[in-house]
Parts: sequence; C-alpha cells; structure tokens
Amino acid sequence: MSSASSTTARAWRPSLARRHVPVLATLALLLVMYAVGVSQYRAFSNVQVVFNVFIDNGFLLVVAVGMTFVILTGGIDLSVGSVVAMTAMVSASLLQSGLPAALVLVVALLIGPTLGFLMGCAIHFFDIQPFIATLAGMFFARGMCTFISDASIPITDGFWTTMSQERIGDPRGNFVSISVLIALAVVLVAAYVLTYTRFGRNVYAVGGNSQSALLMGLPVGRTRIAVYTVSGLCSAIGGILLSFYTLSGAPLIAVGMELDVIAAVVIGGTVLTGGSGYVFGTVLGVLVLGVIQTLITFDGSLNSWWTRIVIGGLLFAFILLQRLIGIRFK
Amino acid sequence: MNTLTDRFRPLTGHRLFWPALVLVVMLAANTVYRPGFLSVEVKEGHLYGTPVDILRLSAPLILVALGMTLVIATGGIDLSVGSLCAISGAIACLHISEASDQNSLSTVFTALALAFGVALVLGAWNGLLVAVIGIQPIIATLILMVAGRGLAQLITEGQIITINSGPYRAIGLGHVLTLPLAIIIAVAAALLVAALTRRTALGLIVESVGGNAEASRLAGIRSGRIVFLVYVVSAACAAIAGFMMTANVSSADGNAAGLWIELDAILAVVIGGTSLAGGRFSLGGTILGALIIQTLTTTVYAMNIDPQTSLLFKAVVVIAVCLIQSPAFRARVSRRRGATTPRPTTRQPEKEQVSA
Repeated sequence: MSSASSTTARAWRPSLARRHVPVLATLALLLVMYAVGVSQYRAFSNVQVVFNVFIDNGFLLVVAVGMTFVILTGGIDLSVGSVVAMTAMVSASLLQSGLPAALVLVVALLIGPTLGFLMGCAIHFFDIQPFIATLAGMFFARGMCTFISDASIPITDGFWTTMSQERIGDPRGNFVSISVLIALAVVLVAAYVLTYTRFGRNVYAVGGNSQSALLMGLPVGRTRIAVYTVSGLCSAIGGILLSFYTLSGAPLIAVGMELDVIAAVVIGGTVLTGGSGYVFGTVLGVLVLGVIQTLITFDGSLNSWWTRIVIGGLLFAFILLQRLIGIRFK
Repeated sequence: MNTLTDRFRPLTGHRLFWPALVLVVMLAANTVYRPGFLSVEVKEGHLYGTPVDILRLSAPLILVALGMTLVIATGGIDLSVGSLCAISGAIACLHISEASDQNSLSTVFTALALAFGVALVLGAWNGLLVAVIGIQPIIATLILMVAGRGLAQLITEGQIITINSGPYRAIGLGHVLTLPLAIIIAVAAALLVAALTRRTALGLIVESVGGNAEASRLAGIRSGRIVFLVYVVSAACAAIAGFMMTANVSSADGNAAGLWIELDAILAVVIGGTSLAGGRFSLGGTILGALIIQTLTTTVYAMNIDPQTSLLFKAVVVIAVCLIQSPAFRARVSRRRGATTPRPTTRQPEKEQVSA
C-alpha cells in the first residue's frame, strides 16, 4: 500500500506513518486476539478456524468493501443490510418460480446498484443528507422483502447448492467455499480501483475536501453517485453470497448488519469524515469481528450479547486512537 | 391566478405547512377508507377512539424526538436513544421484578429513579465524547448504540423480564382526567422543553451553537457545556420513553424495546423541518413529524398490511417530504415551470462540465 504511487510517495512521507497507524493497530489487535485464542484453546490453532472466519464472514467482507468507498467520500450507507436481504429474497423467489439461475443472478445483481444509483442521485442532485436518503433506501428494501414474502423461501436450485457445498482444498481437511474466493476477488478489485485508478483518487479527493475537489475540476457529483452505486453492487454481491451460505431468502435476515459493517470499517482505520482509509484495513476490521465471534463461541460460557459490548468497546478504543493521532488535524 | 398564488404564498411558505398538509391528507384518506376513524367516545370516564390511540402510541416517539431535536439543533445526532430506551426499561423492570411487593409505589419510584439515573450517566458519557473529546456525534453515539443493546441484554440476561405492577403499567396505559397518562406525560415534556427553549435564551443559544460552535464560543457562550447538556436531555427523554414502552407490555425485552426508534425519531425531526445541519429547530414540526409517522403505522395496521411492509410506505413518505423540503428540488421544479432561474443551483453543473 505504501507504494501507492511512486510519484506522490515522497510528498506524502511525513504523514505516511501516521496514516498507517490505525491499520497497524488493527493488525496488532488481530494478532493479539489470535494469539490469545491459540494459547487458551488447543483447537484454535487449526488453520480451518481461520478459514471458517472467512467462510462465515465472506458476505460481510464484500459489503464492508462497498461501505469503505462510501465512507471514504465522507458519506454513509445505512441501506446495505436491507439490500443484502432483498437480493437474497429476490433470488430465492425468482428461483422458486422456475427462472434459470443465470438470469436470476443478473437480475439480483442489477437491483442493488440501481437502488444505490437512485440514492446517490437523491444525495447529489437534491442535497438530501446521505443519512436520510439511505435510511429511506433501507426502509424501502426491507419493506420489499416482506412484500415478496413474509416467510423464508428455501433455495433448491442446482447451481446454488453446488456453490454452497463445493469445497475447495481438501474436502476432509482444510477447505474454503467458493464464496470466500469471490469475496477475496472483490477485495482485490476494490483495492486496485481505489489505489490505481482515476476514480479511486477522486474518491479520496472528494472525501478529503469536496469543495477543493470541485475547484480542482474533479467530477464530484459523478464520484459521489458512483460510490453509492458501488456500495449497492457490493451489497447485491453480498446478498448472493449470503443466499449461497444459507440456501434461502428470509425477510428478516441481516437486520442491523449495517452497524456491523460500519463498525468493521471504522475498526479497520477508515475515518468516518472521509478521505483516509484502506480496503486492507476493512479486511482486518471484518476479521477482528469474526475472531471476536469465534473466541466467544470457543469460550462457551459467554453469551452472544458480549459480542455487541466488545464491538462497542473496540469502536471506542479505535475512535479514540484516531482522535489522538489527529488524522483530521494534520 | 397570480393573485391567488400570491395570497397562498405566506401559507405554503410556512415551514409547518407541508408536514401539516401530509398529516391532514393521511387523516382524510383514513376517514374515507373507514368512516368511523375520527370518532372518539367516552367509556367508563376514559376517552377511546383511533385518534386517542394514535396520540397515546406516539407519546414515546414524541419524547425521543424532542430530545433528538435539541441534539440535531446543535448539529449533532444521537443514535443511542433506542439502546437507552431498552436499558432504562430493563433496569426499571428488573428492580420491580425483584421487589417483594411489585405494586408498592415506593418500589416503582425507586426503580424509575434508578433507571433514570443510569440513563443520565449514559447521556453524560455521550456528551463527554462529543463535547470534551471532540468525537463526531454520529460515531460517538454509535458506540453506545452497538454496546447499549448488549448492555440491555446483559441486564435482562437475555430473557424477557415480565412484571405485574399496577403503578408501573399506569405509565403506559393509565388514565388521568379521561386522557391516557402517556399523552399527558408527552405533552408536559413538550411544554417544558418549549418553555425552557423558547421563553428563555436557551433555545437561541442552542441554535447559535448549531450554527457555529466556535463563533458562539468566541461570543461568550459555553458551547461545550450546551452540547454536553443536549445529550443528557436526549438521554433523559429516551429513558422516559423506555418506561412507557416497557409499561405498555409490562415486560422488558433487551432486544426489541426501542428498536429503530432512533431512526423514527430522526425522521420525525427531519419531516418537521429541522435541518440535520443544525442551527435551527422547530419543536412543533417535530411533534407533527412524530404524529405523521404514528398515523402512517396505524393506517397500515388498519388496512391489514404486514407491519414490515409498512416500511415501504414509510420510505415513500420520507422521500416525498424530504424532496418537497429540499431547496435544490424546489429550484429545479420551479425552473421547469418556467420561473426565474435561480443562479446558485446552476453553478455546480457548469463546473462539472469543465472536468469532463
């Protein structure tokens, strides 16, 4: 990441280390948590534990990548959880009515970006705050879920079951699912786009200061609409991955997921006011959440609500850290 | 034609006009659909009827939205109110459920005081993060929003605490002078906040802090103290709303109590015409907004539509109200009608074309 662009690396050097501190802190935290797990529980050192974290959180990872784009521009997208549920719901219901898998995939992957595009337009053209516009999107998508069906719809389609059950690696030993590979592919593409393309630089510029970006002649409006579309696309992919994972579409699935996603992005070192952060940090943030859940599962005596309390505590620690480093006030 | 629009301009220009119109249209649509909708009757000395129900059910939302209005007026936002409702309700119910006599007034008052105190402390925590440490409000309160749900479940130990306490249930379902007590509490809170902000300089100070915290500090206002205060007030309002919600069902559910009320409250505030950017607020608008949301929910229930599907209607109303209130949208519409082109809105597209 440090060699993002060789020409600008020199100019950035003074703040380079500071920029990386939150990500490095997350990495250190992740390693410490993993070490604690390994020292406390014998089965924790099994590589499959790490793979399972990826398998269980693949969809979360994809959605968090989309959210990173939005937060980098200083916006927020509350609709992701509902869009994930709606995508899973639409695919389940279309498959149930007998449409071919390929067509269902295309339709499901189009809904999220369309909704994201519309929200982006509302935010840019009509000056509606991202919080409110995406809140309306969240209500809309969640309402659509129950509108389609108020009960969970099972998926029996051959393609879906193959994608769900295919094990890559040693089927009896350590393996990952296809979803993990898709999630990692999304991460790589997103990292490339943010670091090496004009669009990626625009995202950072708009998040740093949209007024300056506008005065520099950057396409602020187009970038802003694009990030919500990207987030919608990522949510749609996340929804497909979730339907692979659960082999069903349920109207109340992924409720409150937007909080986990935002928490993962913040723990990953992306600043909520925009302009600073990395996709790699988001990956670490998602892994931290995954490892917390795994630790609590391994412990067995702690209840699920401890997950929320620990995530809240971590959020506080990382925000405080960002404040102390003073990224915003460099 | 021209004189007619001119005559209506002061009316349509009033910031409460559009929310009030939406509410009236919804009530009218309901009356057409169900002629008995607006009828109110007196039974056993209590008022009954759909309008009374709407008022009673909207009481918690009005309370939360009142606190939220003040927070938003300072340019902040409080996402933690839903969790605070759950925590305060859980503490009160836990204390009452452990008492030997659940109906004794002293037990109920101790429970309320205990829960209220905890809520104030949590509100002070929010205020501390925002005003002293200087964390963005949306993140500072996100911490308590996430962790608060966990805390509420920790208090109830993941169970639903049910209680059988007459005095506590009265908070949600009791009647005083023919009116439901919940309505009276909400109205009293609204009047108190209105008196404190509009009859003293406090409201003006809150607005000036929202407009520009640094400038108000330089003008001699203790901005930090005001910001700290509004989060405590918001937490206090949320705590009372939490009592009402748990009293309504005589049980505390750490997971479900006050779920998404922060979003509804923010919506109510925005529908009421308070800008999320801060710097000005309208308590009347907020109450109208809360009533619109509750009327919408009741309407959807009355039409036998799934409660979750009602979110679809909510989305439509939110977008419609926000678009009507958005200056950019109004400018675009009026330009299309052939009115004079407002200069500021045309500047932006020109600049973008340069880059393309």
